[in-house]
Amino acid sequence: MSGGHQHPPSEMALRVKALETLLTDRGIVDAGAMDAVLDYYEHKVGPRNGARVVARAWVDPAYRARLLDDATAAVGELGFLGLQGECMVAVENTDNVHNVVVCTLCSCYPWSVLGLPPAWYKSHAYRSRVVLEPRAVLQEFGVNLPDETEVRVWDSTAEVRYLVLPRRPEGTESLDEEQLAGLVTRDAMIGTAVLDGSPGESAGQGATAESPAASTPAPKVEPSPKVE
Amino acid sequence: MKSRPTNPGAGPFEQALACDQRDFDEPWQAEAFALAVQLHHQGLFSWPEWSETLAAEIAKLAERGEENYFLCWLNALEGLVERKAVTSRSELAFVADAWREAYRNTPHGKPVHLAD
Repeated sequence: MSGGHQHPPSEMALRVKALETLLTDRGIVDAGAMDAVLDYYEHKVGPRNGARVVARAWVDPAYRARLLDDATAAVGELGFLGLQGECMVAVENTDNVHNVVVCTLCSCYPWSVLGLPPAWYKSHAYRSRVVLEPRAVLQEFGVNLPDETEVRVWDSTAEVRYLVLPRRPEGTESLDEEQLAGLVTRDAMIGTAVLDGSPGESAGQGATAESPAASTPAPKVEPSPKVE
Repeated sequence: MKSRPTNPGAGPFEQALACDQRDFDEPWQAEAFALAVQLHHQGLFSWPEWSETLAAEIAKLAERGEENYFLCWLNALEGLVERKAVTSRSELAFVADAWREAYRNTPHGKPVHLAD
């Protein structure tokens, strides 16, 4: 290719450009609206929303009751509305029950309260294994549950999205709602973490080092996991 | 419970978590995401219809032992706009080719435009 000219982007980028071009020409989408969509999902919604819901439920028993009764309405009270017309269901962790959420078929996820799903949530390994061997998967997340704890796995759909209401950590009686919200992590609201009272990372968008570019190595999974 | 050998805290998901800081790895993924959301808002398809199409694409790739979430997203998008008769695969391929040519023919540093 001659020096001064530009390299075309990847095949997939070209395919997206083609879609954008044709849909824009036909007046079906416009660039401004697409930017607004991205800004909304990348910056306006995220696990902080869910953390506020959880903290409110911890401090306000009446809100907690409403959340468990009709999460769509209770989440809406705080201004977080689902944009795909989905119904929200909150499932509560207790001394005896631990809940964990998955979408076995694709990637349905409570966007309005958690933002966009993490890569592992969309991976084949997580989708297939968490249903068959939830305890082993949770262990890989560092969650070790007592044998007597019942594990419930909730399979999301386009119509129903689940939010885990984690247990309030011990020793947090003196904290206010705002401080409590700071303890709640994204993974705790998916059910792949339990809260120990140390400040949450991922409700902000936890980060350590910069992430290796491009392909997230999909977790390995054996071809057909055995049913326990 | 039949358990595979696991090192608590160091399993595959731990590795995945380490690379889990961004929603999109490349700009086209974000654009494809925004396109689907906007087309849904425009009423071109319902969200259950979208999820079903995406799930079918994911399953199709999984049958071949492959996994590429945003490629499935893009396939689903192309499939749905074709099904809704907004455009066709051949028209999309034609425009993608035109963009490729436009990049090749545009000097570095100049904005790339499609020839009419």
